[in-house]
Amino acid sequence: MSMVPTLLSVEALSKSYGGVHAVRSVSFELRAGEILALIGPNGAGKSTCFDMLNGQNIPDSGRITLLGEDTVGRKPRAIWRLGVGRTFQITATFPTMTVRENVQVALVSYGRQLFNLWGSTAAYAREEAGRLLDLVGMGAYAGRPCGELAYGDLKRLELAIALANQPRLLLMDEPTAGMAPRERIELMRLTARIAREQSIGVLFTEHDMDVVFEHADRILVLNRGSLIAQGSPEEVRGNPQVRAIYLGEGLVYDARHREGAGA
Amino acid sequence: MAFYFVQFLTGLASAASLFLVASGLSIIFGVTRIVNFAHGAFYMLGAYMAFTLTERFSGALGFWGGIVAAALVVAAIGVLVEMVLLRRIYHAPELFQLLATFGLTLMVQDIVVLIWGPDDLLGRRAPSFRGAVDFFGQNIPSYDLFLIALSPVVLGVLWLLFQRTRWGVLVRAATQDRDMVAALGVNQKWLFTSVFALGVFLAALGGALQIPRDAVHHALDLRIIVEVFVVVVIGGLGSIIGAFVAAVLVSELNAFGILIFPKISIILVFLVMAVVLIVRPWGLFGKPEAAARRTPGLTVNPWRPLTSGERLMSLGALVLAAMLPLFAGNYALTVGSEIAIYVIFAASLHFLMSVGGLASFGHAAYFGLGAYGVAFLAKAAGLPMIVSLLLGPLLGLLGAAVFGFFAVQLSGVYFAMLTLAFAQIVWSIAFQWVTVTGGDNGILGVWPDKWASSPASFYWLSLAVAALAVAVLRVIVFSPFGFALRATRDSPLRSEAIGINGKRVQWTAFVISGTVAGIGGALFAYLKGSVFPDSLGISLSVDALVMVLLGGVETVSGAIIGAIVFKAANIWLVSQTDLSKLVLGGFIVLMVVAFPKGIVGTLETIRNRWRSPEKKSALAMSRIETAE
Amino acid sequence: MRRRHVLGAGLAIAVAGMAGSAMAQSEIKIGEINSYSLLPAFTEPYRKGWQLAVEEVNAAGGINGKKLVVISKDDGGKPADAQTAANELVSSENVAMLAGTFLSNIGLAVSDFANQKKVFFLAAEPLTDAITWSKGNRYTFRLRPSNYMQAAMLVEEAAKLPAKRWATIAPNYEYGQSAVAVFKKLMSEKRPDIQWVDEQWPPQGKIDAGPVVQAVAAANPEAILNVTFGADLVKLVREGNTRGLFKGRSVVSFLTGEPEYLDPLKDETPEGWIVTGYPWYDIKTPDHDKFLKAYQAKYNDYPRLGSIVGYQTIKAAAAILAKANSTDPEKLIAATEGLSMPSPFGEITFRKIDHQSTLGAYVGKTALKDGKGVMVNSVYRKGADYLPSDAEVEKLRPK
Repeated sequence: MSMVPTLLSVEALSKSYGGVHAVRSVSFELRAGEILALIGPNGAGKSTCFDMLNGQNIPDSGRITLLGEDTVGRKPRAIWRLGVGRTFQITATFPTMTVRENVQVALVSYGRQLFNLWGSTAAYAREEAGRLLDLVGMGAYAGRPCGELAYGDLKRLELAIALANQPRLLLMDEPTAGMAPRERIELMRLTARIAREQSIGVLFTEHDMDVVFEHADRILVLNRGSLIAQGSPEEVRGNPQVRAIYLGEGLVYDARHREGAGA
Repeated sequence: MAFYFVQFLTGLASAASLFLVASGLSIIFGVTRIVNFAHGAFYMLGAYMAFTLTERFSGALGFWGGIVAAALVVAAIGVLVEMVLLRRIYHAPELFQLLATFGLTLMVQDIVVLIWGPDDLLGRRAPSFRGAVDFFGQNIPSYDLFLIALSPVVLGVLWLLFQRTRWGVLVRAATQDRDMVAALGVNQKWLFTSVFALGVFLAALGGALQIPRDAVHHALDLRIIVEVFVVVVIGGLGSIIGAFVAAVLVSELNAFGILIFPKISIILVFLVMAVVLIVRPWGLFGKPEAAARRTPGLTVNPWRPLTSGERLMSLGALVLAAMLPLFAGNYALTVGSEIAIYVIFAASLHFLMSVGGLASFGHAAYFGLGAYGVAFLAKAAGLPMIVSLLLGPLLGLLGAAVFGFFAVQLSGVYFAMLTLAFAQIVWSIAFQWVTVTGGDNGILGVWPDKWASSPASFYWLSLAVAALAVAVLRVIVFSPFGFALRATRDSPLRSEAIGINGKRVQWTAFVISGTVAGIGGALFAYLKGSVFPDSLGISLSVDALVMVLLGGVETVSGAIIGAIVFKAANIWLVSQTDLSKLVLGGFIVLMVVAFPKGIVGTLETIRNRWRSPEKKSALAMSRIETAE
Repeated sequence: MRRRHVLGAGLAIAVAGMAGSAMAQSEIKIGEINSYSLLPAFTEPYRKGWQLAVEEVNAAGGINGKKLVVISKDDGGKPADAQTAANELVSSENVAMLAGTFLSNIGLAVSDFANQKKVFFLAAEPLTDAITWSKGNRYTFRLRPSNYMQAAMLVEEAAKLPAKRWATIAPNYEYGQSAVAVFKKLMSEKRPDIQWVDEQWPPQGKIDAGPVVQAVAAANPEAILNVTFGADLVKLVREGNTRGLFKGRSVVSFLTGEPEYLDPLKDETPEGWIVTGYPWYDIKTPDHDKFLKAYQAKYNDYPRLGSIVGYQTIKAAAAILAKANSTDPEKLIAATEGLSMPSPFGEITFRKIDHQSTLGAYVGKTALKDGKGVMVNSVYRKGADYLPSDAEVEKLRPK
C-alpha cells in the first residue's frame, strides 16, 4: 500500500463550540483508491469533521493536506477545484433543471465556462454528461425533470454530478441515508466499482453498519470528538471499546436517524 | 441639558407609534412569510375609523373606547382579508402575496376618499392628555409621555403572549420552522389567521393613536409603510424586540440628526438600514434565514429555449407589432413605446428575480440612473441622441455594479430591503442635489433627435430595443452563465460544491439586469423629454415587481406579458376614471386569485397538464420532497 | 414566447380607446390635467370651479357660438403620467389647448411637452418660479401668483415686524427650498439687520413634528417662516401649540390662509400668523359676490382657493379662445399676451414679458372664530405690484 500516494492527510484536527469539543485532535490518512468509512454514534463529531474537510467549517487547529495542498480556510469551491467531489446527506441537486442539465452545470464549471454569456448550455459537453449518467445508470433519465426523480435516483444523480470534475477524492456524507436496503447496496457497489476503476479515494460517513462493513477498506471510529479506533473492518469489529460504545447505544442503526451535533 | 433630554423623549414618542406598527408587520412576516404591503393601509384605516368613532362618542370613554374599537374593527377586516384572499395564495411562489396586498393598498386609498371625503381630518385630542408638562422650561406634550409609556407596555404584553401562552409558543415555533408546526398537527389556517389579526390590530392601533397628533388623510399609508418595513428589517425580521430597538434607534437618530443636518430626515432611515444590513446582514436581532424550501407540490418544468415553431410565432408577433404605425394614431404609438420600454424594464427585473432568485425592491434605481445618464449627456454635454442612448445606461451599470456588490452578499427579504435602501439613497440624491439634477423639478428638454422624433419612429426604436433586450436576456438564460445563475438560486450548497462562486455569478447578473434596466430608462427619458426623481422612486420599483409577479416569476419571459397587461391597464384606467386605483387594485386582486402563478405561469401549467396527462400519475408516485 | 402577439394586442386596446376622437366642428375642446387621485382635497374644489366656469361660458353662448368642452384627465401625481395624458389630449382628442396641473414638477413637465409639441398650455396652480422664468417658454402661461409673488407679499408685512432672529421650516423639496430662498433674499434686502438662526427641512408629507418643533424652539428665534402645508402643517401646528413654540413669536406662513389648509386646523388654528390666502367670507366686491353666489348655488358648499383657480383658468381659456377666434397655438399666444379680463379678484392681465398673470392674493392674519380658523384684516395684493422689474425678468427668461 505504501506505493499508493496519499490523497488526504489530516493532522490533529480540533474544533470546539463554546467549550464543547466537537472534534478533538483527529488524525488520519486516505490513499488513492481506498474506501474509508467514518463512523460513530450520534454527536460523535462526524459531521463537523466532514464539514471541515470540505471547507464549510474552519477548524480551531490542525492541518488538512489534500493532494499536497493545505486546505484549511479554503472555500468549498476551491477545494472542489483541487479535485474533490461531494455528495450530501440530504441530496442537493437543481430541481428546476433536467437530469442532464444538472450534470452539465457541473461540467460547465469544470470547463471554466461559468461566465460564458453567449453559448448554448444544451450543447455543452452533452456526450460527457451522457457518459457520466450512463456510468451511474441514469442514462435513460437524462431528459427528465430532476424534480420528478425518486430519491434513490437523486442519490445516483448526485454521484454523477460529483464525478464531473474527474475527482481524485469523493466525500460522501451518509450516501445511503433514506434509501431502501437494496438500493443502498447497489449504490455502494457502484461507488466502490468507480472508485477502484478510476483510483478515486472515498471517505464516507454512514449509519448503516452493513454498508460500512461490506464496503469500507478501512474504518475510523469517532466518539465524543476523538478518534478511538481505526483499522480494517475486522480489527474495528473486534475492538472492545467500539463494542462497548455501540452496545451502550444499542446495536440497531436507523439509517434515517440524523446526526445531532454539528448537523 | 434639559433640551437634550426632552429631545430624547420626543424621539421616544415618535418611536412608539413606529414600533406598534412595525411589531405587527414583523409578527405577520415571521409566521406567514407574507410581505404585507397593505400594513400601511390597515394603519390608515385604523386612523380613519378612530376618527369616526371618537367624533361620535364623547367623553374619555368615548375616546379611548373609540381607539380600541377602531383597532378591533380593522382587525376584523384583516381577518376577512386573510380568509377570503390570502388563504388562497399561501402556496403561490414567494412574494406573490405582495402583489395581492399591493392591490388591496391601491383599493383602500380610493375607498377612504369615497367614504371619508378628500379633506384632511383633524381628530380630537386625547382627554386629559391635551397639554404639556414643563420640564426645566421645556415643554413635553403629555400625550407623548403616554405614548412613551405605552410602547414598553405593548412590548411586555406581546412578550407575555409569546412566552406564556400555548398560542405564543406555536407562533414562535412557526416563526422558526413553518413546516414543523404543520407536522405537529396544528391547525395552521387558524394560526395564520389569528397572527394576521393580531398584526393588523397593532397596525390599526398605531394609526388610531395618531389622531390626537396628526391629520387623517388618504396618503397616511404610504407615509408609514416603507419606514415600517425598514424598521422591521433593521431590527431583524420576526423579532419584536428588534422592532422596538430599531424604532427607537431610527427615531432618536432623526431627533438628534436634524439638529446637525436639518435635511437628513428624508434619507436617514435608509442610510441606517444600509449600514446595518452591510454590517449585520440579518438585522440587529435577526437570525440567518433558514434556506427557503421550495414549496412542495410545486414542480417546476425545466425551462427550454423556444422551438423553431415558437420562434417563428414570436417573430410573426413582432412583425405584427411593428405594423402598428400603419393603422394607429400618435397617441397609441406613444403608449406603445411606453409599454415597450416597460417591457424592457420588467424583463430586466424578471431576469434577476426569476433566473437569479433575487427580488429587488429598488430596481427603479437603475432605470432612473439610465434616464439621468441620458439627461446629463444630452443636456449638459450636448451629445447627440444615439451617443447618449448608448452611453446613458452605463450610469445604470455603474450603480448596479456598486450597489449590487453589497446587495448580493444578502438574500431573500434582506436583499430586497438593501436594494430598496440603495434606491432610496439614489432617489434622495436626485431629489436634493438641485444644482445638478434639478431636484424634483427634474431635467427638462431631453427630446429625441429628428430621426426618432416622430411617434412612429420612436415606437419602432423602442420596439426594436425591447425585442433585442428580451432576446439577449433569453440567450443569457440558456447560456452556461444562465445555468450557473439558476444553479446558485436552486441550491447554494450544491453550486458551491461544484465550484461556482455564487456571489460573483449573482453580482454579474445584477449588473446585467441593472444595465438593461438602464437601457429602458434611457429610452424613457427621450420618450418623455424629461427626467424626474420619480423615475428612481419606490412606486416605480413596485410597479416593476407587480409586472414580474403578474406575468409569473417562474417563467422565462412572463414579465413581458405582465408589463403589457399592467401598463396597458394602468394607462387606460388612469385615462378613463379618477378611481383608477380602486379599479386597478381590484383588477390585481382578481388576477392574483385567478392566476396564482402569474398569467404566463398559470397558462403554462394548464398547457403542460394538457400535454402530458400520463406524467401526472408517475409524478405522484415518485415525488419525494427534495429539500436543501 | 407569446410575448409579442400580446404586445400587439395590448396596443390594439390602446388604439380602441381613441376611436371616439371624431371631431365635432361645433365644439372647442380644452384638455385639462390635474392630480385628482393624489390630491383630492385640493383638486375637488378646483374641479368644481372649472365646471362652474364651463357652465357659465356655454350659457352665455359658448366661444363665438361654439360649445366649450373640457376633457379632464388625472395624472396621479406623476410627471410621466401627466405627459401621457397630455399626449392623449393633444394627439387623439385634438384639444385646442392644455390647462391645469397643481404640482410644480408636473406643471414643468407639461410645459416642456407643450413647448416641444407646440401646444398652448395654461398652467393653473403650480407655484414654481421656473415655469415662467428660468424654464419659461413661448407656449406656457401661468395663472396663479407665483412663489416669488407670494414671498414678496409676505415680506412686505414681515419686514415691518421688530423680530431680528428668524428660523425657517420648509418641506424639503424644490418648492420649499425656493420659497425659503426667495423669502430670505427679499427679506434681507429690506432688513439687513436680521439673522437666520435655524432652518428645518422635514421631508414633504413626512414631518416628524415633535423633534422639529423642539429644534426650532432651541434656536430661540423671534420669528418663524413656515412653508409646510397640508397634513404636515396640521402636525406642526399641533405640536407647536402643545409645546408653546408659537407663544410670543411671530409667524409668517405661505398659503396658510387658503381654506384648503386653514380649515383642517379647526380649533387649533394659531392666531396672528401672517399668511397669504383666500378669505372668501370677507371679500365684498361685486366680482367676487357674483362668483360666490353662483358657486354656492350650484354646490351648496363654500369655495376654496382651488375653486377660484379652476374657475378662472377656464374663464381665461374661454377669453383667450374667443379673442383668438382660432385654435392655432400662435394665434392663441398672440391673443393671450397682454390680454386683460375680469376675475373674482378683479381685473387680471397675462403679461407679455413672462406669461405670468397678475392675479394676486389676500394677505392677512389668522384668527379663531367660533372654533374655526379664519383670516382677518385681509387686504388684496395685486400680483402686478409684486413682480420684479422688466429688466430683471428679461434676464431670468431663457432666450
